[in-house]
Amino acid sequence: MNQPPSEELVAIRDTDISDADELAMKPRTYWGDVWRHFRRHRMAVAGGIVLIVIVLATALGPFVYTVSPKKIDFAHSMEQPTATHLFGTNDMGQDMLARALWGGRISMIVAVFAMLVGISLGMAVGAASGFMGGTWVDMILMRITDLFLSMPQLPLLLLIVYLFRASITKLFGAELGVFVMVILVIGILNWMPVARLVRASFLSAREMDYVKAARALGASPWRQVFRHIFPNVMGPVIVAATLSVGTAIITESMLSFLGLGFPPDTPTWGRMLYESQNFLSLAPNMALSPGILIFLTVLSVNALGDGLRDALDPQQRNR
Amino acid sequence: MGRYLINRLLISIPTLIATSMVIFGLLALAPGDPLGEFALNPSITAEVRENLRISLGLDQPLPIRYVKWFYSFLTGNWGWSFTSLSPVRDLVAQRIGATLAIVGLAYLWGGLAAFPLGVISAIKRYSLTDQAITLFAFLGFSMPTYFTGLLFIIVFSVNLGWFPFVYDSTVQVMDWNTLIQQFKQSIMPITVLGLWEMATLMRFVRSATLDSINQDYVRTARSKGLQEWVVINRHVLRNTLIPVVTLIALRVPTIFAGALITEQVFRVPGIGSLLISAIQQNDTPVVMSITFIYGILVVIFNLVADVLYGFLDPRVSYSK
Repeated sequence: MNQPPSEELVAIRDTDISDADELAMKPRTYWGDVWRHFRRHRMAVAGGIVLIVIVLATALGPFVYTVSPKKIDFAHSMEQPTATHLFGTNDMGQDMLARALWGGRISMIVAVFAMLVGISLGMAVGAASGFMGGTWVDMILMRITDLFLSMPQLPLLLLIVYLFRASITKLFGAELGVFVMVILVIGILNWMPVARLVRASFLSAREMDYVKAARALGASPWRQVFRHIFPNVMGPVIVAATLSVGTAIITESMLSFLGLGFPPDTPTWGRMLYESQNFLSLAPNMALSPGILIFLTVLSVNALGDGLRDALDPQQRNR
Repeated sequence: MGRYLINRLLISIPTLIATSMVIFGLLALAPGDPLGEFALNPSITAEVRENLRISLGLDQPLPIRYVKWFYSFLTGNWGWSFTSLSPVRDLVAQRIGATLAIVGLAYLWGGLAAFPLGVISAIKRYSLTDQAITLFAFLGFSMPTYFTGLLFIIVFSVNLGWFPFVYDSTVQVMDWNTLIQQFKQSIMPITVLGLWEMATLMRFVRSATLDSINQDYVRTARSKGLQEWVVINRHVLRNTLIPVVTLIALRVPTIFAGALITEQVFRVPGIGSLLISAIQQNDTPVVMSITFIYGILVVIFNLVADVLYGFLDPRVSYSK
């Protein structure tokens, strides 16, 4: 019976309680909880850090590493990584690290904008469908969603690029035109899962007591949606948004890899892979550096999304 | 079961029509005149151009053109390729076998490998095995097939020299040697595509197994003293199969997309690489037909999955 008090009890006994009031005042917020849980997910934290490093490198890198990505130097073509060219050079002697940094910039910006297009479209459709659940509006919107899901997305994407590329580049110029087109097309073909997700969350949130209470108190439909329902469906949407950045990076690189993306003098990761295809035996670095960067970025985005999924869902946490 | 099948079949027809409308609508919306090239040609007068337009049916309103296009597509008249001057149907017929073989074999081995791994991962949840499998799946689906493909070429063709670089479409399986040659050149595209499919399916099999492993009937089976192997095999696995088959159906468009890329990486002469080269050569009839063929393939495979679903889950076919 006469055991020494456990460490925990000692810690409690020795706690300085002079600032107890202050401690008690500090409320636990939802986002505080999210952060606490996210921190424990090692893979997600690692993914977040790697992603931040890549984003910073592509955003600030070209200012620090001032080698030109377009300077041609045939005397040093297809060099494997050395001290002067950390990632080696390509078939025209251009520095691969500089190209990777510039290319990453474009890939990242395209991915983020495509994600925004897809998520906003998905949220709009899903919210309208979910809020009007059971009506003909809901039915039509869901049929359209199903239809988009059962279409061959990549061939359609290629068809759109093929048919509209010339006129869009005429309208916006070669680089900006492709930029706008790729963002729109990836966004337009990727909104369906988000729409379904948001609709499902809306349908269940609509029947929750707090929304019923708001309705009973005379809240307008807009207020019900934005004040009461939206905050509660944001969790899954944030996860879907994160993961769709990964999809967008893969899709953009794929278009460039097929030679249908950005013009040749714009280095994107996919374009660099496309150019590497004919030099695989002589210069594997041309494929490895952009490929590993795509892989790392998508991997860390997926890890981040996975961690967020666990952290953002309060019901998942206590399991 | 019969009524369920008819029901599914009827649902897939509007999907097909809608897909064709989208494809035709895109072409109609796209700027550019099909006879634009002739406008610059001084030997073709405006009158001749107008006659050509009428003979091609371009003077008719859009809905009529659509119906004609759709009808001739169904009857097998897919038009002529601009560049090779042969019927699109022949071009596709030469190529579709390679695509279906690669997609089919990749899906087969990917699925067959994903199932046991996913189930083991779920049964031994949180163990070292589970973590290793999960990590592998995570790496697998974060790696786009075009990069995996290039990596395989660098490792197995360039460094090890085991497999040929480029797919040789002239190989015909006649004897033992050509069979080995065919096997050698097909193995990399099939592996790359299957790996990617396996990674995605594996995670899904794991979560589906976790869902069914906690059901009451599993507890009942255990408590009546069945061996663990029998419990898993008879009670858990069967119910895991149902959601997994649904996912396989939903992933059909994605795997055809993956095949398109894989064909391009390994220069496999399938319809995917035909589509890409047609796009590069502005060969509109080929591009249109192949896009629609992909649409048809997606609908067919969805139908197959629906049938399997009804077959696996008796509740579905009895209730309708």
